[in-house]
Amino acid sequence: MPDARVIPLPGLGPATPDESSGTEPEGGTAPSPERGHSEPAHPEPERPEAEHPEAERPRSVAGDEPGTPGWERALAGALAFVRRRLAGEYQVDEFGFDPDLTDNVLLPALRPLYENWFRVDVIGVHNLPSQGGALVVANHSGTLPLDALMTAYGVHAEHPAHRYLRMLGADLVFRLPVVGVLARKSGQTLACHPDAERLLRSGELVGVWPEGFKGVGKPFRDRYKLQRFGRGGFVSAALRTGAPIVPCAIVGAEEIYPKIGDIKALARLLGLPYFPVTPTFPLLGPLGAVPLPSKWYIEFGEPIPTDGFGEGAADDPMLVFNLTDQVRETIQQTLYRLLTQRRNVFLG
Amino acid sequence: MAPKVVLVTGVSRFLGGHLAARLAADPAIDRVLGVDTVPPSRDLQRRMGRAEFVRADIRNPLIAKIIASTSVDTVVHASITATPQGSSGRAAMKEMNVIGTMQLLAACQQAPTVRRLVVKSTSAVYGASSRDPAVFTEDMGPKDLPSSGYAKDAVEVEGYVRGFSRRRPDVAVTTLRFTNFVGPRIDTVLTRYFAMPVVPVMVGYDARVQLLHSEDALAVLERAARHHLPGTYNVGADGVLMLSQAIRRAGRIALPVPPVAVPAVARLVRSAGLVDFPPDQLRFLHFGRIVDTTLLKQEFGFTPRWTTQQAFDDYVTGRGLRPLVDPDRVSAVERGILDVAGKLRAR
Repeated sequence: MPDARVIPLPGLGPATPDESSGTEPEGGTAPSPERGHSEPAHPEPERPEAEHPEAERPRSVAGDEPGTPGWERALAGALAFVRRRLAGEYQVDEFGFDPDLTDNVLLPALRPLYENWFRVDVIGVHNLPSQGGALVVANHSGTLPLDALMTAYGVHAEHPAHRYLRMLGADLVFRLPVVGVLARKSGQTLACHPDAERLLRSGELVGVWPEGFKGVGKPFRDRYKLQRFGRGGFVSAALRTGAPIVPCAIVGAEEIYPKIGDIKALARLLGLPYFPVTPTFPLLGPLGAVPLPSKWYIEFGEPIPTDGFGEGAADDPMLVFNLTDQVRETIQQTLYRLLTQRRNVFLG
Repeated sequence: MAPKVVLVTGVSRFLGGHLAARLAADPAIDRVLGVDTVPPSRDLQRRMGRAEFVRADIRNPLIAKIIASTSVDTVVHASITATPQGSSGRAAMKEMNVIGTMQLLAACQQAPTVRRLVVKSTSAVYGASSRDPAVFTEDMGPKDLPSSGYAKDAVEVEGYVRGFSRRRPDVAVTTLRFTNFVGPRIDTVLTRYFAMPVVPVMVGYDARVQLLHSEDALAVLERAARHHLPGTYNVGADGVLMLSQAIRRAGRIALPVPPVAVPAVARLVRSAGLVDFPPDQLRFLHFGRIVDTTLLKQEFGFTPRWTTQQAFDDYVTGRGLRPLVDPDRVSAVERGILDVAGKLRAR
């Protein structure tokens, strides 16, 4: 089984980072058959090979000769990764995105949550372009923005080109220690026009959650009711760059931390947009941080082209409002459809 | 218009001194005048060749007489600095930066011969915060105006320069917003910072750092002095290093400092004479700063020869920084583990 997922690529280490790296929590067990995708060894097309000039060295030791067991390749990959980190031999882009760390540590860390806990089903991944810029617009929910993390993991894992979803986050994310650093290193940046347009122009897949805190922090009784979609800033960014908008509906995230209350005074004290009360938090203390294991569906809808509106379309507020509404309606309808198909919150 | 008489401020420092030397090496330029309050080092003086050193304080109206009597046509204001000279401290640095610029601009305004002004500014004018876009273009401003220190000086200096260019529209004003310099010879806050064996960093933060090789900085200043290139340009190398990554590349060890201890550590490092890290630059260590250099490449016509990584590596090798953890040793350990693994398999 492990042989199936090693593609010898010149310049790359012998171990593909995703399955076989030692940092991966499951320890390189055989893939469970019920998984929809079989992970055919990430060739990582986005990473320039010059990035790992050192990768030759361990390969000569670990050997590419047939019959090298998977764990040994994993070990070699992990050691090469550690050496790269120690020597600072990796590239980050201007947003602080660190593909080496993302592939080897951050994304693998999300895998158990994605596959075993939420059992995410991704629908319509073919609606994401395999190259060029596009703007993924999704509904936001769940008290903590796990939906964003799961969408990013899903896009990278399920898309044939294994694209990275570069998400736009609130400034609070980047103000927080550790969280802000991890967000930048995994490719996220501040939700603002310059950053959105810069990413789209350079042909990245950009993810945006226009409801913001209103969406992620809405009370449980308002679940699956889309909030106001900001001021349509994401639409004008797409119009300016001509990038298509891909509506994305996420079902399941609403139930992970049912927010039944909000301690406003505490939120103000801590400088947070809300301080949630869920059935388990803060009642059970740290245990309350364990999300409920709802079954998730993430559906990408048909792309809405934005390049046919001509010059100055982004400065036409009526067009921007209409497009915003169109995207919002599409997501809302998809949510309703997915919800009617769902029989059980936890079993799907 | 090729410059005939060039006046360079801040010649006792690396950039000013070497710029004067480069310009003096060109026979097409009649005179190169270097101004500073302290004379350049002997080595620098030798390099400067026929450039004349004028010991003068730009805060003093005397500078107007020098400009008028020598009919200077190009002024390169390279003395704005983040590193206070000697023990005089930050107050003197601010005096020099802001009041010095005011006097210099006043003198230039009086002098009809001046046709070109080049100002060495800094990308610190953009500030550093969590609310900033990832990449600054020239038309952006800081979210919060820097409240003190070098960044505030630079913002004020740029304000006076804008005022000057309004009053003297016939003078071509080039404002260069440099990122942090590194190089084998230049001495800056950052080069001292990375030279510490244990480098204090902010716990939970990792800054994006864009650097510029000192030779590229000199080339940009020289190009601005020689050619008619009015405008404001960001000047920085391609590519990005994370602060943690740079520390590892230099073979140093990062010491995460919690927020409460930051002022104490900053004081300690300063009093030990290692680095004088001004409080306003501590914010830079939280978030870092990246600037867009499209204008530099397309309109100014200059592409830095060193990337950020190359510039940093050149600094590391040029300074002879010995890594605390030898990379060969790391590879040896790695090979050892894999050998053991191979033997385990063979059995």
